[in-house]
Amino acid sequence: MKKIQTLLVYSFLLFAFASTAYSQNVKLLTVDQLYERVNKGKDSTYVVNFWATWCGPCVKELPHFEKLQSEYKTEKLAVLLVSVDFKSKLNSAVIPFVKRKKMKNEVFLLNESSPQEYIDRIDPSWSGSIPATIFIKGDKRKFIETELTYDQLLTEYKKL
Amino acid sequence: MKNIITLLVLVFTAWLSQAQTATLKEGDIAPDFKLKNVDNKEVSFASYPNAKGFIVVFTCNKCPYAVAYEQRIIDLDKKFRPQGYPVIAINPNDPEASKADSFNKMQDLAVAKKYPFPYLFDAGQVVTDQYGAKHTPHIFIVSKSNKGNIVEYVGAIDNDPEGTKAEKTKYAEDAIVALQNNKKPAITQTKEIGCTVKRKAKA
Repeated sequence: MKKIQTLLVYSFLLFAFASTAYSQNVKLLTVDQLYERVNKGKDSTYVVNFWATWCGPCVKELPHFEKLQSEYKTEKLAVLLVSVDFKSKLNSAVIPFVKRKKMKNEVFLLNESSPQEYIDRIDPSWSGSIPATIFIKGDKRKFIETELTYDQLLTEYKKL
Repeated sequence: MKNIITLLVLVFTAWLSQAQTATLKEGDIAPDFKLKNVDNKEVSFASYPNAKGFIVVFTCNKCPYAVAYEQRIIDLDKKFRPQGYPVIAINPNDPEASKADSFNKMQDLAVAKKYPFPYLFDAGQVVTDQYGAKHTPHIFIVSKSNKGNIVEYVGAIDNDPEGTKAEKTKYAEDAIVALQNNKKPAITQTKEIGCTVKRKAKA
């Protein structure tokens, strides 16, 4: 009997752990946290893409970002995919989407609620449209507010 | 000489029509339109002879931002139509590029949500381009004056797209309240946060 109990406790713990790890697939991220990550992270180049599950062109270009990260994983490159879906959609849309698409990159959900304010902190020229991507390497910074092909993405990355 | 002036006017007009995709701003004339409503009747500014102004909002059926703002747009109409500022909603999306925005589906949504305001179909996205509407929702507060219909505020409805904040800055409401007090709105432009207006893919 005791054995069964122990087993139950263990399997419960295992399950709890597994589900925590899974829900951590998509972390909430403020703009401050994003910049902290960029400034203090171990990588030297950051490609930050803003997207949403409901945005057709974003969904279309996401595989390019996945490909960039996997092809250049030996370089100090971090591709961060920041969803601007509503926060209430974390469990109902964003996490299922990431799972369904088997996304390997780091995926975040933007933890901000005042677009008028956070948009300017990402880039003052940003209208707020997605997809939008910033390329950051040291002091160099490039902001692009259009959908990118893999070639365009690669060109921008190499130009940095 | 007269010919030269005519030519200049023609060139200028041609240039102006080229530049029509720029978004209207505060102080611009708000072009009138005549568009088909979900009840198949045509609606224009002239449909409201007693209005003091208009809340023109470009919005659509499926965009999560448009959906999140549906009730707030209904509330704007309920509050301000009796005060002389009715809501006129226009769907800016091309129905081929966005199947969810067909005229039939607009009718369904207007019935389901009991829209108290007209919801207009913009064939060929003509009015969308005249106003330079870029996202859904994109709001234009217009006042009637002896100089015509003047744009007073352009941009977002408030600063809380998801609708979770207890205290919102209600840009659109604040603009109308200022107009009612014979003042210019303190904020005349914000970034309209929403989904990009859907267009046919360029050939």
